[in-house]
Order: sequence, then C-alpha cells, then structure tokens
Amino acid sequence: MPDPTPLVEMRHISKHFGGIQALTDAQLELYPGEVLGVLGHNGAGKSTLIKILAGAETANAGAIFVEGHEAHINDPNDARAYGIETIYQELALCGNLNAPANVYMGRELHKWGFLRKNAMKAEATKALNRLNIRIQSLDVEVESMSGGQRQAISISRAVHFDTKILIMDEPTAALGMEESRMVMELTVELKKQGIGIIWISHDIHEVFNFTDRITILHGGKNVVTAPTKEFSQDEIVSMIISGLAVERGTSAAGG
Amino acid sequence: MHVPGIKSQPLVWILLVAILLAVVLSFLSPFFMTVGNMTNLSKQVSIVAILAAGQAVVIISGGIDLSVGSILALSAVVIGALIQVDVDPLFATLAGLATGTLAGLVNGFVITRGNIPPFIATLGMLGIARGLALVITKGVSYQVLVPFFLYIGNAKFLGLPIPLYFVVVTFLVVSVMLHMTVFGRHVYAIGGDERVARLEGIPVDRQKIKIYMLSGFLAALAAVVMTGRLAATPPSVAQGIELQAIAAVIIGGVSFVGGRGIVLTALIGALIMAMITNGLNILGISSFYQQVLIGVVIIVAVWIDNLKSRK
Repeated sequence: MPDPTPLVEMRHISKHFGGIQALTDAQLELYPGEVLGVLGHNGAGKSTLIKILAGAETANAGAIFVEGHEAHINDPNDARAYGIETIYQELALCGNLNAPANVYMGRELHKWGFLRKNAMKAEATKALNRLNIRIQSLDVEVESMSGGQRQAISISRAVHFDTKILIMDEPTAALGMEESRMVMELTVELKKQGIGIIWISHDIHEVFNFTDRITILHGGKNVVTAPTKEFSQDEIVSMIISGLAVERGTSAAGG
Repeated sequence: MHVPGIKSQPLVWILLVAILLAVVLSFLSPFFMTVGNMTNLSKQVSIVAILAAGQAVVIISGGIDLSVGSILALSAVVIGALIQVDVDPLFATLAGLATGTLAGLVNGFVITRGNIPPFIATLGMLGIARGLALVITKGVSYQVLVPFFLYIGNAKFLGLPIPLYFVVVTFLVVSVMLHMTVFGRHVYAIGGDERVARLEGIPVDRQKIKIYMLSGFLAALAAVVMTGRLAATPPSVAQGIELQAIAAVIIGGVSFVGGRGIVLTALIGALIMAMITNGLNILGISSFYQQVLIGVVIIVAVWIDNLKSRK
C-alpha cells in the first residue's frame, strides 16, 4: 500500500431500492496515486456504490471517510467539495457549447454574474495543455469533435478543480481503440500527480493490464479486494461470475 | 457579440430575409415605407416582439410557454382594476408586473417541483390566468384613460413611438442576460442537455424557475404596452398571441430542440410576421390569406434550418 491513510474509505455501506437490496455492508478503499478497478457484472452493486461516492445516490447505512475525516455527501456538489469528480461513459458534455464552456460548466468564472469568457478560455487552454491534449479550436461546439477529444475535455474538466479522487465510469466504453489508449495515457498522467482513480470497466483485459488493485462485487457484497496481479485473468472472471473468492493466503478476505 | 458555439450567421441570414421582404413590399406599395405606416408597423410588432424575447429564452432552455397571452390579459386586468379604484398608475403598473412574474413563478414551480412538462404546465396556466382575468372583471372591459398609459400607447419620443423603446430595451437587456451572464450560459446548457447540466452542478430547477418568471414578467410588460394602446383592458385581449410569439422565435431560426439560437433573431422573426400582415393589408389582400402565408413561412423557416443543420 502506497500510503497508510486512504484517500477514500467507504465503510459498511448498505443501500436498498424499495425491497431490492443493492448493497450490503460494502467496503471500498482508495489510496493516492493508484488505479482501483471496481468489478462485477450488471446488478452486482458497483454502479450504486460509485454513485453513492459521487453523490448521485445516498446510502441507507454506512459512512464515507475522505482523507481520514468523515464526509457527508448528499449531492454531486458535496462530492465535488471533497475533491471527488466523476467521468461518465456517455461523454457528459453539452454538445452545443464549446470546450471552455464545458470545462467550467456549473462553476463559471464571473464578475457580478457576468461571464469572464476570456479568463475561462485562457484557463481551459492551460488545463488542456497540462494534459497534452490538442484541440484545434476552443471556439467550436464540442459536438463536432471526436469521442476521444470529448472524453479528454471531460477529463481535463474533472481534474481542473483540485481533484483528489477521480471516478471513471466505463470511460472507454464509447471510444475506439486508439481513443481508449489516449484516455489511459491521460489516466497514467493523473496517477503520477497523486490522484486516486476508481476505474469501472467491463473489459477484463483492460482492467487486468491497467489497474493496481481490484475489488470485486457480487450481489451487493464484496467478494475480494486485492492487488490485481495476485490473480490471473481467468480467476478474476470466475470470481465475478461465481461471487466466490479464490483463496490466496492473507489478501483474499473481502475488505 | 460572442456566443459560445453559436455563429452569427443565423442573425445575418434572417436580417437579409427581412430586408428583402421590406424592399419587395416597398416596391409593391408606395404606402409601405411611409412614416405613418412604419409607426403603425412598430406598434403592431411591439407586443409580439416583447413576448418573443421571453419565449426565445424559454425555447433555448428546451421548454415552451403557452401561457403568455393569458398572463398578459391577467396582468392587464389587474392594472385596469386598480386604475378603476384610482390607484396611482405607476403602482398599478408595478402590481401588473408583479402579477405576471408571479404567474411565471407558478409555472416554474409546477414544472420543476411537480415534474410536469412545460407544455402541460403552461397550457394549464393558459386556462387559469385567462379564467382569473374573466373572474376579476366579470367579463367587462375596464377603461384606462389616465395620461400615463395614454402616453405609453400614443406618444412619441425623438420621433419614435414609445412602444418601440420598450422593445429595444427588452431585447437589449435579455440579450445581455442570455449571452453575457452565468444565467444565460446555464440556459444554453439546460437546453443543450439537461441531464449533463444537472450532473455538472448547475442548479437546473432554480434556473428554470427564473426562466419562466422572466417570460411571465415580459408578458406583463407587454400588458403595460397593450393597456396603453387600447386605453382599456378587455379580459379577452391577446388571445392566441402566444402562438405568434412562438412563430416569431421559430421564424427567427431559434432551434425548437433547445440549446441553440440568438434572442435578437426573435425580434426579426416578429418583424417579418408583422411585415407580412401589414404588407398584405396595404395591398388589400384578405386577412384570411395572411394566416395561410404565415403558416407556410413557419414551416419553410424550420425546413431551411433543417437543411442547414444537415450539412
């Protein structure tokens, strides 16, 4: 483990939707500068767990700690205030707006309510340059850009505001191979800057090669949390499907 | 004016159409380009234009406001009723403006808190506000013969009719709000993708309430001008005018899907409609044909817009 104090700790999280138990006593820990893969098939509870961290859902029970202090996250703005940002697979940008408008969406720079367009454009340029993202013109609508460029804008938006924790919910699902590679290169860059990254993906190959640790959920419960390389790809797949941990000495117990 | 992701071409385009129409009409009739007719035209256009400014903001946000005609009538009736009991005209005006804004606030609340689509919510308000106007007046039209309103309706300042100043100030203020403020940016974001706007922390509900309040306020402002022009407040005033306001916005080239367009084009859209009506009147063509022609223009305007966006 790179650091004894986790960036995020989610403890004993339970959530039900009506009579359906989505999560039971689920755990998650994320350390600075690591990529944590969250795995599980549809309905395993991984999206619910992540949505609770992002503030899109609230847990029925359990607690969240950010850098050792209990955090109260009731909506996406609360999560942001704790430095938690989310990137969605559906490329969550407004296609009718340009890159700076998207980077600053919801937290526009202004003076007495009037937009500071030049300042936002200059800052957005810096943010994109910092991640080596090349975009021909910042004035065009993002709708006319490629999926990779748009995801790059999402990422630069997410990390522009003193972000410590980045949730990436299937960030490559809507992208081609070349564009996915670009997103992963960006993610490595963020990792170097000490940001903790939660990586959700259905692509086992991608998870196996790219994440430092994994946690597998099944039926709303943790199956295993361990360094990725302790298992083979086949073992990971089997744990996702069966929900039964493959025994590996000390590190196999859930949590 | 720099608008994110919006080129100024639509404005140039629609302006050319309007100028072309004016040139054609002035060739067809020597009376079209006279001072008297232009004064007349600007008075005719003022009510629809003020409503169209609010409607443009609503449509850019991805909504619609069908209640502006009824809110206009209700605000006018409140003004008329207060004038009847000798309330100061300025205070009556403020009460009228407050009435319209409040009706817009109710629209906004029903849409956001009640989660009712704007079309339905404002259709309901269309009935409620018109009904209240009739209840207050028992169906009677109040006369408003105080100098304040007669001035608004009939006077000129620097050679231009007063209603024109209302239009200019309205479009100036609304354009600045929409294109230069955080509120305006949020209007475009909500119209572009409401779900994304919400995810990115834009207070979507609060901004929507403001949008419908603005539309209600402008309907009441149009009521002030209307009261001046008619020197009376018939509760049946401005029936169906919401459709003209929507048509002006659409002819101006604002996308009905939301997220795109410039407020100023709605003014030109309103002008084009007024010129068609006015021109055909001068040429002695039946007003029945005017409706047909405006209907055709609306469809053609959207068709041209589709062609442009397909490229």
